[in-house]
Amino acid sequence: MLKDLFSKLNKKVNETDRNDGTFEKNESIMTKCPSCKKILYSKDLYKRLNVCANCSHHLPISAQDRLEALMDEGEVDLLFQDITSANPLNFPNYEAKISKDKEKTGLNEAVLCADGNIEGERAVVAVMDARFRMGSMGSAVGEILARAFGYATEHRLPVIIFTASGGARMQEGIISLMQMAKVSVAIERHNNAGLLYISYMTNPTTGGVSASFASVGDINLAEKGALIGFAGRRVIQETIKEKLPDDFQTAEFLLKHGQLDEVLDRRDMKDYLGRILKLHSGV
Amino acid sequence: MFDFEKPIYELEEKIEELEKYAAKNKVDLTKEVSFLEKKVNDKKNEIYDNLTPWQRVEIARYIKRPTTYDYIEALFEEFTEFYGDRVHNDDPAIVGGIASYKGRPVTVIGHQRGRDTKGNIHRNFGMAHPDGYRKALRLMKQADKFNRPIICFIDTKGAYPGKAAEERGQSESIARNLVEMAGLHVPVISVVIGEGGSGGALGLGVCNRLIMLENATYSVISPEGAASILFKDASLKEIAAESLKITAADLKSFGIADAVIEEPQGGAHNDRDQVFENLDGILREHLEGLLVLDREEMVADRYDKYVNIGIYDEQL
Repeated sequence: MLKDLFSKLNKKVNETDRNDGTFEKNESIMTKCPSCKKILYSKDLYKRLNVCANCSHHLPISAQDRLEALMDEGEVDLLFQDITSANPLNFPNYEAKISKDKEKTGLNEAVLCADGNIEGERAVVAVMDARFRMGSMGSAVGEILARAFGYATEHRLPVIIFTASGGARMQEGIISLMQMAKVSVAIERHNNAGLLYISYMTNPTTGGVSASFASVGDINLAEKGALIGFAGRRVIQETIKEKLPDDFQTAEFLLKHGQLDEVLDRRDMKDYLGRILKLHSGV
Repeated sequence: MFDFEKPIYELEEKIEELEKYAAKNKVDLTKEVSFLEKKVNDKKNEIYDNLTPWQRVEIARYIKRPTTYDYIEALFEEFTEFYGDRVHNDDPAIVGGIASYKGRPVTVIGHQRGRDTKGNIHRNFGMAHPDGYRKALRLMKQADKFNRPIICFIDTKGAYPGKAAEERGQSESIARNLVEMAGLHVPVISVVIGEGGSGGALGLGVCNRLIMLENATYSVISPEGAASILFKDASLKEIAAESLKITAADLKSFGIADAVIEEPQGGAHNDRDQVFENLDGILREHLEGLLVLDREEMVADRYDKYVNIGIYDEQL
């Protein structure tokens, strides 16, 4: 009987996969931490920004929830929300997948962009969401980010991007690859205007997103335990024919190799970013 | 020989056999031979005029296809190669230096594949480490300082997926090049001569003008990779190559490539001098077109090229 109860409980528990970044809307009472396997109250977990109370593992958080946790209460303008993916190559099933992800996430694209305050400092913030096509960058994401930098340049504002992405959106072929260049030319203008850009990498940040705007912040930050890298682990192992260390391509690994300014606990992001913004105010 | 060329070779073998037979037995088979020769010609036209995207990938990867060094040697004078990223290494998968083009000093940079197996091992098949991208950036900044136009040759499967590459910041090295190239005040012309593999290609590809050889390809992911990820079956690479729209003609139609260089029938390897000559004309024309812009206009021209790439919906 006890066993039955346990299996029933288990069914209600949300299982999340550590590295794929996907996270279904948590409607069950309990959530199992994918790292330490402890069963947690979903409500408590939510209050802790989805950071496990037992082992501090960072479970995925939606773009909406992150934005809400980060921005000061009051006026937050969502920007460029009408931009959404077309199907430029007529790639099979692409539209259906987009529709499904829109329904699943309540987002119009894989990035949510806003203009508002963090600890009293105004900034343009873009938050990617890995639940939407793995946060991949197609024309719509490229356009939103390029416009975000354009808007910030025009209004002389800092930009913070929370990356969460598997890379380029393959269904848009070469056009998706060119979005890396598109966002880069927009960053160059913003940079040339002497404005601050903070890249905050979350789990996962790989491929074309890692190899473009995610890696070129004036300040490069990452969230604890985030997977960050250019090539996939499996591809590298197959190429070099050797096993990679467990911490390979984690935020901590990158910090050790001089690729990051700091690794942060999600619960510290607001304080930390607020402080950095204050130290750059008047720029 | 590529598999798709087999019908041509079979016919050519038949002609050879006929000629041998005719010579040996002293019979006149001129009529039969000329009939077959016409058939060979028709077959060639049929095959080469209808190359599939995958067949172009095979041509683009061909070991005998001209490489960056070949183009440098043919089109430029006084090439002087420079080495090293000043940080860690000299990466032989990317080469570069200064040269003279039509009497004007320029900087040339390119991915360098091997011309044979030994060369490919030395050059890591043209798959660069961060050191390669950093060397390229160093040479580009130098070109910017001395107001030299930059010509980049793209020919890579992609940036190298290795442990050391990740440790030294493969992502950052490419990302840095994209932003820095965006801000260069001199003309940048990139030429895809073989395979343009994803971010590793783009690391030399943020340019004012993109030129592609007719059989060159440029893709966000290799057809094999796309087949295995999107279709869960690597053997569907031919379909993936088709779906991804990776040919020079495709990129021209998207407005990403500015010019396509005609290749000799069957590919650049069949007549190198012809392809060098074809490229030279177009390269010169585009460079002259850019040289009328001043340094700030050059940056703006590049900004305009990229900021407008993308096809999306906007529901107002």
